[in-house]
Amino acid sequence: MSQYTVIQRLLFSPLVALAIVSCGNPASAQVQDPLAYAQARIVKIFGAGGMKNLHAYSTGFLVSPEGHVATIWSHVLDSDEVTAVLSDGRKFTANVVGAEPRMDVAVIKLTGDVKDLPFFELNDAKSASVGARILGLSNMFKVATGDEPVSVLHGVIAAKTKLTTRRGAFQTPYEGDVYIVDAITNNPGAGGGVLMSLDGKLLGMIGKELRNAASNTWVNYALPMTDLRDVIDQIIAGVYVAEKKPDEELAPERYNSLDFGVVMVPDVLFRTPAFVDRILPGSLAAKSGLVSGDLVLFVNGELVQSCRNLQSELGKLEGQDDLKLVVRRGKNLIEFEMRVPNKAN
Amino acid sequence: MRSIVLTIASLIALIPSVATALDPVVIEAQQRRIAVVKKVAPSVVCIFGKGGQGGGSGVLISPDGYALTNFHVTRGAGDFMKCGLNDGVLYDAVIVGIDPTGDVAVIRLLGREDFPVAPLGDSDKLKVGDWAYAMGNPFLLATDFQATVTYGIVSGLHRYQYPAGTILEYTDCIQIDTSINPGNSGGPLFNDNGELVGINGRGSFEKRGRVNSGAGYAISINQIKYFMDHLKSGRVVDHATLGATVTTGEDGSVIVDGILSMSEAFRRGVRQDDELVSFAGRPMRSVNQFKNVLGIYPKGWKVPLVYRREGETVTVYPRLRGLHRKSELTPKKKPAPKPKQPGPDGKKPEGKKPTPKLPIPVPGGPKPTPPPAKYKHMFVKKDGFANYYFNKVELDRVMKSVTALGDFSSVAGTWQLKGTVNTGDPFEFTLAQAAMGLTIGDRAFIQQVEDIQLEKEPPGTSGLLVAARQLKLMLTGGFKVASEIYYLGSEPLDGTGEVVDVVITVEGATQCRWYFSKDKPALVGFDTQVLEDSDDCEVRFQEFKEFEGRKLPSLFLVRSAGRDFLTFRLENVVLNPTPKATE
Repeated sequence: MSQYTVIQRLLFSPLVALAIVSCGNPASAQVQDPLAYAQARIVKIFGAGGMKNLHAYSTGFLVSPEGHVATIWSHVLDSDEVTAVLSDGRKFTANVVGAEPRMDVAVIKLTGDVKDLPFFELNDAKSASVGARILGLSNMFKVATGDEPVSVLHGVIAAKTKLTTRRGAFQTPYEGDVYIVDAITNNPGAGGGVLMSLDGKLLGMIGKELRNAASNTWVNYALPMTDLRDVIDQIIAGVYVAEKKPDEELAPERYNSLDFGVVMVPDVLFRTPAFVDRILPGSLAAKSGLVSGDLVLFVNGELVQSCRNLQSELGKLEGQDDLKLVVRRGKNLIEFEMRVPNKAN
Repeated sequence: MRSIVLTIASLIALIPSVATALDPVVIEAQQRRIAVVKKVAPSVVCIFGKGGQGGGSGVLISPDGYALTNFHVTRGAGDFMKCGLNDGVLYDAVIVGIDPTGDVAVIRLLGREDFPVAPLGDSDKLKVGDWAYAMGNPFLLATDFQATVTYGIVSGLHRYQYPAGTILEYTDCIQIDTSINPGNSGGPLFNDNGELVGINGRGSFEKRGRVNSGAGYAISINQIKYFMDHLKSGRVVDHATLGATVTTGEDGSVIVDGILSMSEAFRRGVRQDDELVSFAGRPMRSVNQFKNVLGIYPKGWKVPLVYRREGETVTVYPRLRGLHRKSELTPKKKPAPKPKQPGPDGKKPEGKKPTPKLPIPVPGGPKPTPPPAKYKHMFVKKDGFANYYFNKVELDRVMKSVTALGDFSSVAGTWQLKGTVNTGDPFEFTLAQAAMGLTIGDRAFIQQVEDIQLEKEPPGTSGLLVAARQLKLMLTGGFKVASEIYYLGSEPLDGTGEVVDVVITVEGATQCRWYFSKDKPALVGFDTQVLEDSDDCEVRFQEFKEFEGRKLPSLFLVRSAGRDFLTFRLENVVLNPTPKATE
């Protein structure tokens, strides 16, 4: 509709866009009623969880007429099968087809003879710029059950940026750009919901609940659909192979803890604390005095929050560098220094 | 947080430089918003609790000062409150009625008869995506009584929110992404036309703390409309239950999975495993929908219910039962545990009663505000009432149409009422002190007052003779104290008819509901329930006629359990004088 495109051009202020809804329902040529269009394609997912702060529900959206549902990769899918409830109240069991944890995305498929379901055409997904009006649809707080429509929030894209993962502020493996929105979209169960433009175009998938550990604030973000759709398509086609992330290939891995004779505890968590499991006898570390149970806190002055962190810091070392470690042993902080050995190549 | 206040400020800053770039549609929308806020702001109430502790929001709905808020706001604020309006004046206010289940309270601001009011909207017409303005006193910022405005959209409709550890339950409520924070409670939710569509009262708060999380909930104004007269009655109002529980079947149908045999729904034929097709006119597709419908009606309303059994569909109009026992709604305050008083050696003193201690005010804590002397008379404490004063006001208003029929107090002796029924047979009622009799044609029925527990004469009426006695008591002023007669509120007559004022009278186990037309004050009928959980004897007045200077119903229909009994035409009346009291 014309008013709407006018408004899209005038990106200077959110108040401009206030006018949109009050001036009638936004609708494009394809999508007469964007909300009804989107609601029909959104799926309520119920799965694992239910303990303490772990909600046992999330949101997804249909991406094929045969019942493929894209959703957030989370603990909710940690179960043999999950329950998916369509907008008309029909209840299906669903299995995980595949997932790319690094992009926080998973695809589940409704079981049984499923066909002709309404779905989002991923190729129609578009990107949006800062200031664009958005609607967020999700089953946050499990407010909707059965055939009840999920919650709708409105806002604008406040930024398109990376989540600062470097200092461990946000616990997310996702390193691409995300949409930051000014609506409180990321609530319990909202992950896997849909961020769309007012004319019903898919923009992104609402992310997890993310708290900034440093500022104790919560961020509302969505993963751009234009970045997700290839992965989703490949998972559906069964051809998806988790790629090594490009920046990981670029990250130097010249040294690791074993080069110093340090065996770290198994890296099982997203952020496994950097505890020393054991020290190889006769190694550099053994000579320096490191012992099993030490917790590595700093590598050459950089705070180390996890085993993964530690390994990437070690990877940056060059032969003959000075390696300075600060570890916590009991209540004491102890500093160790050693010379990085030359590596036979 | 997006607040209109901020938006307006930035608008003022922007207009000079970008005015040429703005689409007229945008300007128009802004002007409209400003106009809406300006229009409704005077009706928004900032409530301050006693001693300046706590508080909340409210909204005026009538020029004589009636205002809506949340029960959980008034509970903490006391029977008299201080309420600020945006004229900068702090008004006294008194509690009127409370609905602890629905979290609604009516208060009355005092001192004016021309308060600005918010027009009531129709919350059933809301759509997801509609603009929604919340106004009120979040974080108790409005120390100058200028309410804060936040805006957002309707995120969901007909939401059901489970009771949160108490009896408080939000049914069929409006979900908004408008910022709702502590202090917004009880404040108005306006639509884009500045019409009151809800009362904000709750939010989904989890790990982010008790601040807006993008999911606020407002009680729909349509639910409150159903309860409005009940709330104005000064009572502690109860919600309803059908006396049945339902479950969702395999195919998404809603099935009765349990039903109380004492419920009217059961007496009208609803049984376990019946499919609930619709309830109060809404198709039933989930348990939540059932709970939503139940939640918006007061106890005692009749609501159409359609059920299906073996392919056959039946419509019935059961009267809804109360959801709570009286004690659940007005919990007595638990006495404070007596402090252990160890003796000098640390052992309990034996054989000595602990000395009661005077309550010592906590330093810095709220001090109870004494009621303003001017309005002290406007609060009357009584069991089952939030403020009995307002019940008396409403009762006196409604009962004028009874006193208008004439003074029957001197003729409380035996009554003889003769006439013909619609089959052509003659009838004669004889209403004496200890017994009532009725002849219709050659059939005769007698009802002893002391046998009311045993039989209800004539058969098929569920107690017409008892009902006739109740009418006589009503007209002769036999009900005197609040436990015997009180104003209930209003309801649609017989579930679908005109909205009528309802007065309740009680004599022993017998309860009557008296219906008064709201348009032209007149008694239009009454239902008599001889015993609890039994069918009503329903009498509907069609005409009144004057007999010896006193008006009596001269044409009335009697029916029970959904079936008409007879229509009576009164022709001849003898009312004997009140007998002298014999020692």
